[in-house]
Amino acid sequence: MLTVLLVILAGLATGDAGRGRNTTSDSRDDAGHGVHLESLQIVTFKWHHVQDPYIIALWILVASLGKIVFHLSHKVTTIVPESCLLIVLGLLLGGIVWAADHIASFTLTPTVFFFYLLPPIVLDAGYFMPNRLFFGNLGTILLYAVIGTVWNAATTGLSLYGVYQTGIMGPLEINLLDFLLFGSLIAAVDPVAVLAVFEEVHVNDVLFIIVFGESLLNDAVTVVLYNVFDSFVSMGAENVTGVDCVKGIVSFLVVSLGGTAVGIIFAFLLSLVTRFTKHVRIIEPGFVFVISYLSYLTSEMLSLSAILAITFCGICCQKYVKANIGQQSATTVRYTMKMLASGAETIIFMFLGISAVNPDIWKWNTAFILLTLVFISVYRIIGVIIQTWILNRYRMVQLGIIDQVVMSYGGLRGAVAFALVALLDSQKVKEKNLFVSTTIIVVFFTVIFQGLTIKPLVQWLKVKRSEHREPMLNEKLQGTAFDHILSAIEDISGQIGHNTMRDKWTSFERKFLSKVLMRRSAQKSRDRILKVFHELNLKDAISYVTEGERRGSLAFIRSPSTDNMVNVDFSTPRPSTVSTLLKENASMVCLDMQALEQRRKSIRDTEDMVTHHTLQQCLYKSRQEHKHLYSRHELTQDEDEKQNKEIFQRTMKKRLESFKSTKLGIKHSKIINRNYKRDRGQKRKSSGMNMIPNGKIPHEKDMEFSDSDDITNYDLEKDIGINFVASVTKQALTDTTKGNDNPVFSADDEQTIHMTFPPWLSSEDTVTPSQRAGVQIPYSPNNYRKLTSFRLSNGSIDKMLADGTEERPRTLLPESTNM
Amino acid sequence: MGSQGSHHASKIPDIEAIKKETGFSQANIVRLHHRFRALDKEDKGFLSKENFLCIGELAVNPLCDRIINAFFENSNSLDFRSFIRILAHFRPIEEDKPKDPNSQEPINSRRNKLKFAFQLYDQDKDGKISRNELLQVLRMMVGVQVTNEQLESIADRTIQESDLDNDNAISFEEFAKSLEKMNIEHKMSIRFLK
Repeated sequence: MLTVLLVILAGLATGDAGRGRNTTSDSRDDAGHGVHLESLQIVTFKWHHVQDPYIIALWILVASLGKIVFHLSHKVTTIVPESCLLIVLGLLLGGIVWAADHIASFTLTPTVFFFYLLPPIVLDAGYFMPNRLFFGNLGTILLYAVIGTVWNAATTGLSLYGVYQTGIMGPLEINLLDFLLFGSLIAAVDPVAVLAVFEEVHVNDVLFIIVFGESLLNDAVTVVLYNVFDSFVSMGAENVTGVDCVKGIVSFLVVSLGGTAVGIIFAFLLSLVTRFTKHVRIIEPGFVFVISYLSYLTSEMLSLSAILAITFCGICCQKYVKANIGQQSATTVRYTMKMLASGAETIIFMFLGISAVNPDIWKWNTAFILLTLVFISVYRIIGVIIQTWILNRYRMVQLGIIDQVVMSYGGLRGAVAFALVALLDSQKVKEKNLFVSTTIIVVFFTVIFQGLTIKPLVQWLKVKRSEHREPMLNEKLQGTAFDHILSAIEDISGQIGHNTMRDKWTSFERKFLSKVLMRRSAQKSRDRILKVFHELNLKDAISYVTEGERRGSLAFIRSPSTDNMVNVDFSTPRPSTVSTLLKENASMVCLDMQALEQRRKSIRDTEDMVTHHTLQQCLYKSRQEHKHLYSRHELTQDEDEKQNKEIFQRTMKKRLESFKSTKLGIKHSKIINRNYKRDRGQKRKSSGMNMIPNGKIPHEKDMEFSDSDDITNYDLEKDIGINFVASVTKQALTDTTKGNDNPVFSADDEQTIHMTFPPWLSSEDTVTPSQRAGVQIPYSPNNYRKLTSFRLSNGSIDKMLADGTEERPRTLLPESTNM
Repeated sequence: MGSQGSHHASKIPDIEAIKKETGFSQANIVRLHHRFRALDKEDKGFLSKENFLCIGELAVNPLCDRIINAFFENSNSLDFRSFIRILAHFRPIEEDKPKDPNSQEPINSRRNKLKFAFQLYDQDKDGKISRNELLQVLRMMVGVQVTNEQLESIADRTIQESDLDNDNAISFEEFAKSLEKMNIEHKMSIRFLK
């Protein structure tokens, strides 16, 4: 219901906008070509009709093409930050445009900037904010954002005024309030510039979050200071009273807290809405953008801090949205958000360059400009040092001198300052042009000069870098344990610290918020440890599939007869398994594009095979794929299920046939016994190999499965790869033990009865403890078997059966044939 | 405050020795002594497990039992000296202080912090976290929705990740090694215990 309303509203809005645009351009059309419209024309050239959107699209295209060109040379982009290159490109383009028609027609207008370019960047920042890090350092960030910005504004403005009094700048129509106004708009560290530069520098997380958080949260301060001084200027210095100053402070509190509140309210709404979007998966991602954008506009409407609103909207909703929306939607949201943000950033920097090419706005005053540069740098440094000194008395993780250098140096000014200065009313602020030119110079200086030098500086100072690494189950597990330990110790020592607070918040969140805002299915599987486990498993499964298929297809080509069967069995059922996994468990795990690509690759691999049933599997596959391509409204899950069922039935039939043919004439119980003995023997063998201290790496255990050629490949892989390969064998071994016990494969039993037993249950129950104890080698890391039953426990029994059974013949068959 | 502190400090036995052993400042020791006496409801000069269980917030902590047991490793009563010695594990490490090679390893060293966490798992004190021990702690920490099956696979996976000598258990060395990339110094420190 709500959705329908929203859609209608959206439709109306766009319709209105479209009509509005049409009418305006029509009127222009009429004015231009009114004479020609007498007879019917087959084709008309209506440039004016499309002019505005056309030009916008062209600029976006140019900016994006520019980005491509920069990245053609890897060398350039590693040295020069993209933002610099874009500004230079903008300058060039602006020069060309200006040379062509001598009008600076394309500039970065405050409206466009604040309404269309800034929100996506800030939303992206909020939505992907590392919450724990952010809130862990919130105190520090707030201090820098509030006190630091006020300090910068005041000192810069006052010092400039002081110097102005000495007369170095010559005669200017500026009074103290103008200086303070200028100080307030130039003081704020700019989120866009900071992000653009720091993303390429990769300093450690804490340092990054402090600088970046400051740049986001200082918006409230900037807005208030700007508004206060702006109204003071229009009131005139003599009319400003003490009451107005108090009002200014009150308005700061209202603006910042109000903006935050608006953000949180909309985040709540958004989370709630996504809870019910299960049946409209296609427009699901749209809600994220529309509602967060509404939070921005709402707080702008109420003259609250819009940046704070959308930041907190992103921060607060991320957890619930990610849990609620489907996996495809999550990917869509992620990439759309990144695309919008990076596009907006590109356009901002390019238009900063273009806007600078306009002789009308330039007013040069060397002393003023130079002094501004000096003051903002010096006061930034002083401010950082003083605040860090205060903070370090309370912080556990101390901020060292190097950190302070980077923080001072990372105080980049950017487009926010430019847009604010462009907003000034030249009637009230007489020297607007001087302010504009100075701001442009400051922005260019900080972005280009500091942006260029910060990387070498960071390297030279040996600032601790952030490192990207694989998630480790151990680390996650111990991390959680440490959290619990710390909060316990805090309780024991009788102090309320971070950890206690966090503990309380988590339990509150779990008890109330999650219940309201999360889908019931998502609530279940939101344990952090479990999540990492999911991710690792998925990754393993994918590499397992690709590895298996690669090996399977290779062996298939080489070996003509018996292995044939084995390899096909090994590889064919797999893709369907994984893809269903990926599809079903959607919201729990965020998979990367890489993963999706791999999945596609695995499909391609399968297609290479020529066997009949492989082909059949492929056909299923591609049918699924196609359906996704052209079903516009829904990604129908039921169809998939039907397909899976069918696949399962076929596989079962196939299994049965092959099973019967290989085991024909041998009494069933004997097989079990024999197999079991052999298994144990093998286990001893492989565990024996394990213990050999002559540097044999574990993957050699895998010999029985693969050709020696393959081993060289494994050597190239990292530890994980080797672990993974090693565990294949272990898994295989356990599978055989379990497989024998599994009633599904007792041929003389009625098949259908056992279909109702989930295989993991039966296998677990029938494996007696003594068997386990008798096993020498740890059989435990049978991730893949666990994975399938585990993941599928959400799905239907049929599918579980399908997956549970698929693996067994692979391990049964080679043994029976090898004998 | 200062006079009151020093007045109180004189009541604490062995305060100099404690300072030396734990590295706590006098103010912190005094504060913790206050806390110690507040916990010691019957004023008997030592703490019992029951005293710990009275702390409301602690009761909801999933690792509550294990942590309390860590305090009562040797006996059933806990005097102030042992109390503060255990808390000293969580004192942040001073980064800038030059290391004295002769002095013995401070209680709050990385290794000791890890050791504390390790012994929460290692209930039978054989120097290894077995699969069962891991499972027990896991069961405490993850929610009820997680099935045993899932827990077992998580435990297996965890052991597999850090198990270097394939004994299906995690020794302390393996434990430390698997966490070597983690910033234990920060993760296992509490700000106000400085």
